[in-house]
Amino acid sequence: MSRTIFDKIWDAHRVTQTPGGLDLILIDRVLLHERTGGVALRGLQERGLPVFAPDQAFAVMDHIIDTRPGRTDRTLMPTGTDFILATREAAGKAGIRLFDLDDPQQGIVHVMSPELGIVLPGATLVCPDSHTCSQGALGALAWGIGSTEAEHALATSTLRVRRPPRMQVRIDGELAPGVTAKDLALALLGRFGVGGGAGHVVEYAGSAVRALEVEARLTLCNMGTEFAAFTAIVAPDEKVLDFLKGRPFAPSGADWDAAAKEWLSLASDADAEFEVERLFDAREVAPMITWGTSPQQVVPIDGAVPAVGEGQGTAESQRRALDYMGLEPGARLTDLPIGAAFIGSCTNSRISDLRRAAALLRGRHVAPGVKAICVPGSTQVKRQAEAEGLHEVFQAAGFEWRESGCSMCFFAGGESFGPQERVVSSTNRNFESRQGPGPRTHLASPETVAASALAGHIADPRQVAAR
Amino acid sequence: MKPFIRLTATAAPLLRDNVDTDAIIPSREMRSVSKKGLADGLFAGWRYTAIGSREPQADFVLNQPRYAGAQILVSGANFGCGSSREHAVWALAEYGFRAVVAPSFNPIFQGNCIANGVVPVVLDGEAVASIAGALEEATEPLLTVDLEAQTVALVDGRSWHFDIDQEARGALLAGLDAVARTLQLADEIAAFRVQDAARRPWIYAPVKRALG
Repeated sequence: MSRTIFDKIWDAHRVTQTPGGLDLILIDRVLLHERTGGVALRGLQERGLPVFAPDQAFAVMDHIIDTRPGRTDRTLMPTGTDFILATREAAGKAGIRLFDLDDPQQGIVHVMSPELGIVLPGATLVCPDSHTCSQGALGALAWGIGSTEAEHALATSTLRVRRPPRMQVRIDGELAPGVTAKDLALALLGRFGVGGGAGHVVEYAGSAVRALEVEARLTLCNMGTEFAAFTAIVAPDEKVLDFLKGRPFAPSGADWDAAAKEWLSLASDADAEFEVERLFDAREVAPMITWGTSPQQVVPIDGAVPAVGEGQGTAESQRRALDYMGLEPGARLTDLPIGAAFIGSCTNSRISDLRRAAALLRGRHVAPGVKAICVPGSTQVKRQAEAEGLHEVFQAAGFEWRESGCSMCFFAGGESFGPQERVVSSTNRNFESRQGPGPRTHLASPETVAASALAGHIADPRQVAAR
Repeated sequence: MKPFIRLTATAAPLLRDNVDTDAIIPSREMRSVSKKGLADGLFAGWRYTAIGSREPQADFVLNQPRYAGAQILVSGANFGCGSSREHAVWALAEYGFRAVVAPSFNPIFQGNCIANGVVPVVLDGEAVASIAGALEEATEPLLTVDLEAQTVALVDGRSWHFDIDQEARGALLAGLDAVARTLQLADEIAAFRVQDAARRPWIYAPVKRALG
């Protein structure tokens, strides 16, 4: 019988079925961070339960640690230190590997885990973080859970899950020059809406997806949670093998050969069936920019704020978004002056993202009055960028160059952008007050962030590149 | 976990789509490594007049005297989207909410509800709008959620059937803890892992190697 990649992974991990029809799924990797993982470890310890397979669980500091140079356990976020200390203590007690804030392998969990080969094709992986779907880019079945489910996964190496339905989003055609995986992810949200994934395992397939490098696939899959998907996944291919080979936690020798053979056999069978199939033409995608307070409220960079009733979401939600964002229908996005620019987050902070942004910034300077910040996604990304001299490009252009972490993708009471400050951001959520008390977030690719920082208003990166 | 069978209680209508977990419990309100102490920060951005303030925003639904003590929340589609933070459900539960009625839920949030004894009730948008409208006009905004019968009913007699995953329903009705049940299968899980390690050694071996 024909199976999708999801079916193959799921069936290989099904320990048993519960009387109520849930599957008990073996979990190969549990990842934790100090924001939601410490509380899970502590919850487990309060119940007197050990971690079932400590070698297969990992913790990292990324969410509320500072990203300013010279950081310590003391955080700008009030009480942030408590999270760091609690996670360090709980990880030590549980006997799991912690990538602490000064570890050379530290990074945003969704950046460092593929980078180290902790994520493997065909593996099941969970983390109490919604953007865990990113790791589907390597052909892993990786999904975000809550802290209680994380306790379950740690205590039993399994989760009880109802088999989710399957969706294929087939994306054919080529992305135009200057158009990235981020633009594609935003365009999909604009077309199908933030409910479009509807709890399905979404397999991204088609020539446009195969053409994406692994880091770009991580960006595409990252926003699977914004799509309300159970998770996102891409079939592993030679690009994934090349990406993983030699990574510290990836197999080697005979194990590698056996693993690689199995990984390439995971792709969905040609006649496999999906509950939902969607088609999308990559040629239609332009650099995208959000205008509202939901990632589906998005238009091409040369577009205008839609009339109420014509954009995504209910009329009421559009009115609220217009009010929060300080916009009127018909306003052109490229006319909007900005106060800040942010490059970072699990969506767009990998070395390829920084290289592309730096290519636009080289020899240029951000517009007066624009606060510009670049936060590499991992310490390894930071060091690689520095080896290539990219930090000098960013700094010469007027960008702050930070230590790695989640940083100002979200506001935890520490650093933030100002009330009503207009921010162009390479992150994943433009919710009200996501980045602080009242800033107006516009989501876009790192190129668009860089171009907008240079111009002082929202700008089309293709025009900067052409100059 | 407290069992949920049926509940008649004050229900508060918050009819917005895409109410995200940042809105339910802003990250800045998650101050300690604990599942408790979160009720005060519930909907803080909407409930109070300013960031960090505790002065009630008078027109926010939970600040209106008629909805005091609400235990049921009625809201829009894609409720609980965004961050996976379980703190959103912990905050709702600590405030007193035992059920949320909405046209759809974010999948992670829905799982978190079930893990904490909060019933996620899915009704179509039209039904939710009718209920919200009735609550706004009622002298006493009461609603009944009957998990056993899988119905939601207004005091005027109108009622709607809802579907829910039967395993989730069973767990909610009994207030059962999943970890304890799964640990009864520990031998079966261990045996499965032994077989799996023979088939996929790379899942197990490289970890030990890299950890030294």
